[in-house]
Amino acid sequence: MRNMPWTSLGIIAAMLFMAVFAPVLTDHSPIDQSLAKKLLPPVWEEGGSTKYLLGTDIFGRDVLTRLFYGARVSMIVTAMALLVGGGVGLLLGIVSGYVGGRVDTLLMRLVDAALAFPTILFALLLAVTMGQGLRTIVIAISLLLWARFARVVRGEVLAVKQRDFIALARVHGCSPARIMMVHVLPNVLNTFMVLLTLHVGVVIVAEASLSFLGAGVPPPTPSWGLMVAEGRGKISSAWWLSIIPGIAITLVVLAFNLFGDWLRDRLDPKLRQL
Amino acid sequence: MRRYILQRLWQGLILLVLVTTIVFFLGRLTGNPADMMLPEDATAEDREDLIQKLGLDGPLSEQFFLFIGRAVQGDLGDSIRYRQPAVDTFFSRLPNTLLMVPGAMLLAIVMAIPLGVLSALYRGSLVDRVSGAIAVLGIATPNFWLGILLIFVFSVKLGWLPSARMGGVAHYVLPTITLGTFLVAGFMRLIRSSMLEILDSEFVKLARIKGLSEATVVWKHCLRNALIPVLTLWGVFMGGLVTGAIVTETVFAWPGIGRLTYEAVIFRDYPLLEAVIIMDAVLILFINLVVDILYAYVDPRIRLAD
Repeated sequence: MRNMPWTSLGIIAAMLFMAVFAPVLTDHSPIDQSLAKKLLPPVWEEGGSTKYLLGTDIFGRDVLTRLFYGARVSMIVTAMALLVGGGVGLLLGIVSGYVGGRVDTLLMRLVDAALAFPTILFALLLAVTMGQGLRTIVIAISLLLWARFARVVRGEVLAVKQRDFIALARVHGCSPARIMMVHVLPNVLNTFMVLLTLHVGVVIVAEASLSFLGAGVPPPTPSWGLMVAEGRGKISSAWWLSIIPGIAITLVVLAFNLFGDWLRDRLDPKLRQL
Repeated sequence: MRRYILQRLWQGLILLVLVTTIVFFLGRLTGNPADMMLPEDATAEDREDLIQKLGLDGPLSEQFFLFIGRAVQGDLGDSIRYRQPAVDTFFSRLPNTLLMVPGAMLLAIVMAIPLGVLSALYRGSLVDRVSGAIAVLGIATPNFWLGILLIFVFSVKLGWLPSARMGGVAHYVLPTITLGTFLVAGFMRLIRSSMLEILDSEFVKLARIKGLSEATVVWKHCLRNALIPVLTLWGVFMGGLVTGAIVTETVFAWPGIGRLTYEAVIFRDYPLLEAVIIMDAVLILFINLVVDILYAYVDPRIRLAD
């Protein structure tokens, strides 16, 4: 347990707590507007109220409450995007590495293409054509993830493939599908776990950026990126609207990245180069 | 060398066709693009007219070839908001982006090379730990927020620098820093890790045994080789640069192609967005091609391997 990144774990735990217990932690609604209470500063500034610790936004909504519910949005998007994008990448990586030959060449070319082209453009296109929403944003971020996962997993599979137990399974008459699922998959799960943690930060920033650009979760749903965007025009009079959610994003991403680094060193130091 | 260039051109062309195809089908499969192009108060007649005009009533395959045929001639439709060919809008904004990018790249290089080299040389030292912390923070901080933070500190609080739009030299400072930091962290880590690898190699030992000065060994023999991976990952950085430009230009109301992309999204200007994406792809492929050629020129191993 030595060298455990306790600070990072604390921040991550705090975020999960906020996301899960958002309705219990606050009496305010994250959505209902009350214009009489708009633009109250945080409690430590002059004119601040203890009822609104981090102040209120242009619609009189409590910033802290929106931060809690925003953590929820971030977590849901992250979990779904990692599941879809990471899952597709894992499967394609295994198939590409194990089957090899033309399949491998074709898939890796696709991966190269996906990595060479800024996926944010497709994400924006999706938001315009499919409409904003959770589904769109999960697909958009999955597009960003799958290629990175596929490439690393494939590399691992190439190494696993050479091992004796794979040859044994083949001699035993196992079908390729069974070998991939039963013998190859468990051996790349460590790598997969490390990749997952290392990409949580990527997904959170991607979601926030898309929301900031008007292509993420539609208002009035609180998303940290959207909160930064909404406060942008008020930066000279109400700094807390943009600055506070930005600090939240940075802290959480930092925590997940440091935790991911630690996990990688523990489970899979070969991935150092990432 | 000629074969190498032709091969790269061919690969680029395939990618471009892929991008164009995806852009086309995404727009068509999710509904009739005419609905996205028309103003909200349009009549059914207007809709029919537009569908006729754009050839949207034909079968999908026919539409696709029509679209490709027009695209090859440089016609990617008209922007709804700007009421002019989308390609023209793109080219009128491009110079503004190109004015900002060199500064950001220069900043990234000027910061990343010394820090990356020093932290590899003095591994575990204060320099290494500080630059490591900068890299970790740089990666965790979303760029759009960094831009807003810079505006808050340097424009609102201190009043030193302008916060938006183009103008004199002072207008370039904050956007350049915002876009530059996007690249610094990645560059720095890469240079550090490849320097570490090279410092350990045989030819460096030989150079030292030969009695060359430490400065020559580090800055001439090592750094040159350490920069090769930076070139290799150029494509990935290009993607980052495009993303960074969209975000940075949005924050600073900079009238370049990044801001244009944002406007196309916000105003649901579908033809403009289509055009911007395809033109971005052309631009990226062109720059990547130039870099690939330079790369082969710098490192003979590349062109001989092909």
